[in-house]
Amino acid sequence: MDYIDSPAQSRATILLMGLRRSGKSSICKVVFHNVRPLDTLYLESTTKPTTESFKSLIDLAVVELPGQLNLFEPSLYDSEKLFSSIGALVYVIDSQDEYLSALQNLAVIIKYAVSINPRIHIEVLIHKIDGLSEDFRLDTQRDIMQRVGDDLLDYGLEGVQISFYLTSIFDHSIYEAFSRIVQKLIYELPALENMLDLLMQYSNFDKVFLFDINSKIYVATDSSPVDIQTYEVCAEFIDVTIDLDGLYQISHKQKSNQIMASETSGSNTNMDLFSATEPTKCISKLQNGVTLYLHQMIRGLALVGVNRLEDGDDATSISVIDHNVAIFKKSLEKMWERSKLS
Amino acid sequence: MSSGKKLLLMGRSGSGKSSMRSIIFSNYSAFDTRRLGATIDVEHSNLRFLNNMTLNLWDCGGQDIFMENFLNNDNSNNQSSNTSSNVFHKCEVLIHVFDVESKEVQKDIDTFKRVLSNLKKYSPNVKIFILIHKMDLIQVNKRQELFDLMFDKLKSIALDEYGFHIRGFATSIWDESLYKAWSSIVCSLIPNVSVYERYLSKLNEILNAREIILFEKTTFLVISSTKRIVDSAKRDDLDPKRFEKISNIIKTYKQSVNKIRTNFSNLILHGNNSSIYLEILTSNIYIMIIMNNDNAQTAEATKQEDAASPKIIHYQLNDENLVLQDIKIARDLFEKIEREK
Repeated sequence: MDYIDSPAQSRATILLMGLRRSGKSSICKVVFHNVRPLDTLYLESTTKPTTESFKSLIDLAVVELPGQLNLFEPSLYDSEKLFSSIGALVYVIDSQDEYLSALQNLAVIIKYAVSINPRIHIEVLIHKIDGLSEDFRLDTQRDIMQRVGDDLLDYGLEGVQISFYLTSIFDHSIYEAFSRIVQKLIYELPALENMLDLLMQYSNFDKVFLFDINSKIYVATDSSPVDIQTYEVCAEFIDVTIDLDGLYQISHKQKSNQIMASETSGSNTNMDLFSATEPTKCISKLQNGVTLYLHQMIRGLALVGVNRLEDGDDATSISVIDHNVAIFKKSLEKMWERSKLS
Repeated sequence: MSSGKKLLLMGRSGSGKSSMRSIIFSNYSAFDTRRLGATIDVEHSNLRFLNNMTLNLWDCGGQDIFMENFLNNDNSNNQSSNTSSNVFHKCEVLIHVFDVESKEVQKDIDTFKRVLSNLKKYSPNVKIFILIHKMDLIQVNKRQELFDLMFDKLKSIALDEYGFHIRGFATSIWDESLYKAWSSIVCSLIPNVSVYERYLSKLNEILNAREIILFEKTTFLVISSTKRIVDSAKRDDLDPKRFEKISNIIKTYKQSVNKIRTNFSNLILHGNNSSIYLEILTSNIYIMIIMNNDNAQTAEATKQEDAASPKIIHYQLNDENLVLQDIKIARDLFEKIEREK
C-alpha cells in the first residue's frame, strides 16, 4: 500500500466529484452532519466548491465540487494544484439514472488525476442502490466495473487501481464505504490494526472498532471480517451512550453554582472539578450473552467492542478488559505523539 | 378477554391511530408505519402490561362508513346490529385522535361529540384523552398556540355538554411526544401506582440517586419516577422531556439490537457527569438509576477534604457494585408487589 506522505500538507483531503444530482451534498450532510437522510431531499444544488474539515484521528478535509462543473475551465480554480494535494478522489455515480455519461466523465477525470498525482486513491461510489433490487445491484456493479475498465484500457491506463462501493444514504453502507476510504488515508493504520488485534486476543473480543464519535466512521478495526449488522449495532450503541449522557449533563448554570458553592466553603477544589472527569464508559449486556463495550479514547474517538463473555465471572473479565483497554489507550496516545513529532 | 381494561382508540380516517399503536406496542419504527393500510372495522389487540393487567385495545377504523356503523344505531332500535353498544360498552379509556392537518375540523368535532354521547350512555366513568396528532407538520412556533386553541374548544365541549373531564396531548410519531402521551394514559390505568412510588422513594433514600425511573419492559413507557415524589424545587434543571426521550432512545436501541436477533438486558454508563444504570428489576419492569458522578459529588466530597481525592480514582468500581447490590435487593421487594396484586 502506498500513502500520500507529502510533508507540505498536514491533512488528508478527500475530493468528492460526480455529475449533478448524483448525491454528493447529501452524502456529506448525512455522514458528517448527522442530517436525517429524508431531509436531504430539499438540498439546493451546490454552486461552488465547498470544503469541510473534520478533526478526527487524522485531520480530514472533504472538498466537494459542483456537479455541472467543467473541469478544464482554467479560470475557475487551479485544478492542477487541487489534484496534486488530495489523497483520495471519490466519484459518485447515480445508479438509478442512466450512467453512461457519468462513466465517460469519470474516465476523463481519472486520466487527468493520474497524470498529475499517480499515487491518488480512486474510489467509485455506485450510489442510490436503495432503489434497486438485490440481484440488479450486482449486475449494475459488474457492468460499471466492466465499462470503466474498458475506458481506462482505451486511455492506456490499465494499471490504475480503482475501488468500487455500493452505497445508499438510507442504510449504513455509506458509512462503511467512507470508513474504508478514510482508512486508506491513515498512515498508522497497520500499526493500529495490530494493536487492535492484540487487544482482541487478550480480552476475548469478537470484534473491535475504533469509531469517530461524530460521524460514526470507523477509522480502524481488527483484521477479522466486518459484519455490517455488528457495525450497525455498534454505531447505534454510540448514539445511545451519547444521548443518554447528554440528558443528564449538568448545565453550565449549575456548574458555576457549584463552583460558587465550593469557593464560599473555602476550599479551592474547583481546579480538579473539570480535570478529574473520567472518560465515558458504557457497558451493555444482551440476552444472548453478548456484551457491548464502549470506552472513550483520544481525539473524539471511541473504542467499541463486542464481547462474548462466559457466564459467571463477569466482573473479573470486565476488569481485565478495562485494564487492557487502558493500556491500548496509552499506546494510542504515545503513537499519536510520535506521529505529531515526525 | 373481557377481564382486561378496554381502551378505545378512535378518530377520523388517516389520523394516525394504527401508526401509534404499532410504534408503542409492536416495535415499529416511525418509518415503518408508512406501509400500514387502512384498518377495517375494529382491530382488537390484547396486550399484557405489568404482568396482571391486560389491555384490550380496540383500534377502530376511522372511515366514515365504519364510523357510521359504530355510532348510528343507538338511536335506531338495537335489533339491527349491536355494534354501538358493543363498542362503547364497559369502556375504561377513550383515546380520540385528531389530525392537526384535517380540513374538516367541524366534522371531526361532530364525530367526537357523537362518540361522547355514546360513551355517556354506555360507560359514564370513562377516562378521556385526546391527542392532537401529526404536530410535526406544523411550524415549531405555532404548535403551542394551535394546540391550546383546539384543546380549549374540545375541553369546553366535553365538559359543558357531556360533563366529561378530558386531558389532551400534542403528539407526533417523529419525536418523543408520543411516549409522553401514552405514558400518562397507561399510568392512569395502573391501580397501585402509589405502592410503587412508596417503594421507589424508600429505594432513593438508600441510594441517594439523582433520579430513579421505572419503565414497563416491552413498551418502555414510564410507570413511575422519583420526580413525582420529591418536590421539583430541589431538582436540577434537567430537560423536562427527558423521560420521553429516554423511552425513545432505548426503544431505538432495542430495535437495532433485535437485528442481531437478541434483546438487551442491561446497560451501565459512566458518563461525564453521571453514572446511569439500566437494569431489569422484575419480569415486567426496567429500572433506571441515575447517580451523581464524581463531579457533582463535590458537595459531599469537599466536606471530606483531601481524603476524597484518592477515592475518586477507584470510585467507579466500588460504587457500581454497591448500586448493583441495591438493585438486587430491590428486585425482591418489587417482585413481591407484583405477585400481591
